[in-house]
Amino acid sequence: MLMLEAVLQYRFLQYAIATGILASVLGAVIGVIVVEKRLVMMSGGITHTAYGGVGLGYLAGFEPMIGAFAFAIAAALGMGYIKRKGTFKSDVIIGLFWSLGMALGVLFISMMKGYPPDLSSYLFGNILSVGLTDFTIMALVTAVVLLIVVIFFNYWKAYLFDDKFAEIRGISVPVMDYLIFVMIAVSAVAMIRVTGIILVIALLTAPAAAASLLTAGLGKRMVIAGILGTFFTMGGLWVSYMLDISTGASIVILAVISYFLIWSAVRILAVNAGGRVRNKWMS
Amino acid sequence: MNESRGTAIHVSGLTVAYGNNLALDNVRLDVEIGDYMGIIGPNGGGKSTLLKAVMGLTDIMAGEITIMGKSLREGRKLIGYVPQSAEFDRNFPIDVLEVVLTGMLPKGLKPFRRYSEEEIRQAHDLLGSVGIEHLARNHISALSGGEFQKMLIARALAAKPKILLLDEPTASVDASSRAQIYDLLDELNKEVTIILVTHDLLAISSRVRRLACLNNRLIYHGEPELNEDVVTNLYGCPVDLIAHGVPHRVLKEHGGEDGCSC
Repeated sequence: MLMLEAVLQYRFLQYAIATGILASVLGAVIGVIVVEKRLVMMSGGITHTAYGGVGLGYLAGFEPMIGAFAFAIAAALGMGYIKRKGTFKSDVIIGLFWSLGMALGVLFISMMKGYPPDLSSYLFGNILSVGLTDFTIMALVTAVVLLIVVIFFNYWKAYLFDDKFAEIRGISVPVMDYLIFVMIAVSAVAMIRVTGIILVIALLTAPAAAASLLTAGLGKRMVIAGILGTFFTMGGLWVSYMLDISTGASIVILAVISYFLIWSAVRILAVNAGGRVRNKWMS
Repeated sequence: MNESRGTAIHVSGLTVAYGNNLALDNVRLDVEIGDYMGIIGPNGGGKSTLLKAVMGLTDIMAGEITIMGKSLREGRKLIGYVPQSAEFDRNFPIDVLEVVLTGMLPKGLKPFRRYSEEEIRQAHDLLGSVGIEHLARNHISALSGGEFQKMLIARALAAKPKILLLDEPTASVDASSRAQIYDLLDELNKEVTIILVTHDLLAISSRVRRLACLNNRLIYHGEPELNEDVVTNLYGCPVDLIAHGVPHRVLKEHGGEDGCSC
């Protein structure tokens, strides 16, 4: 059966495609900010902390995704506070939160009576298991994040370019710091169903990093990252369907390979054009 | 703007520490309105920390700072800051005009804030005043070191500051651009108070009107006629005062017996 026929026939594939497209748009917008602000590792730390919430959800008997959101947001605020205070080096804080979240997840699951649940869909994603609730969460998070980015777009640009100058000018940099950390947290958790905790960082970084090679405007980068992300997600879904392999892994492998292909193509074009390509594209 | 018209910045008993390291130790400094002050000192001597403290960007252990007679929180809005160009990611997706426009954003967070036609015209004028209006729509990666620094000066001026703080504005520019930047600062000093952190002894000897020498403590504060004793006291070793038109970069940690590693 062709994938198109299957999409028309099966509701779970329709949810998978719709959620995948939303995840691509969300990942693009947040990903460009993450890449430009150099928050990739912090995003990884926030996302992995969510595993503790998943474990707690299973142990205490509530929806694991609620636990994941709570842990990720708490980690984002905690990391943000410590980072702003400058008490520790950033990578130390990230490492501590990262490992603590994972350890708590393992601990909570080990405390459960009987057979432990299979958490592989949270770790590695399973877009084909997405239902109406997951789709609704993804749609809500995407809408809210897009709205916040669009409403304060020029402030984001000033903040990302030079937050010290923005702070001197009286722009609410602490508010923007915490806002971006919380947006990363909710976006990453919403995307867990697509690529999983371990792989979500690729959906945040690969499309944004590839877009940075192709255009020079912040808004344009978000749009191109969204298009690339959609291509990676849909392509990965198709490969996964055709070869009957893990969807999350397919999406991530396609995204990373594509990034290196785009990087190589841009380098080759730049060399052939005597280094003029980049500036030409950027003007 | 040569005549004194009050105090632009008053710093007293300022002490700042990073962990166990004392970056500034009981520093007292007054900058008059209209001053053109140079701040020199070894790397790690607290020059950039002093600027950060004056802009309210670092926690202070002790001391007081007032700006134009106002508290730090209120007064820092009167400051235009020009950081070192080396601090920036040249691939950041923004063009020259947009950088200048960021200096016009109002405080707080105003929803759906777009730039008006008037603001865009003013930004073009500011770029014209620093001599790079023709580069307005270029990406920042296309700028030379000198042009980048002029763009940052235009951005600082966009906020209509009373005081301009510059952190080594000529650190990564060629000799021709360096002279242009100093000429520009001379011109700007007719309207704004200027504080210039630099390692460029040529600028100290020929441009600034007052000098502060900082090595965690304030070693000297006065006329810019440096004598050998002051410089030796400042850097902790003999320093060649002949600038040769090339900025000296003096390391705090000196090696060997032959003097400093300039």
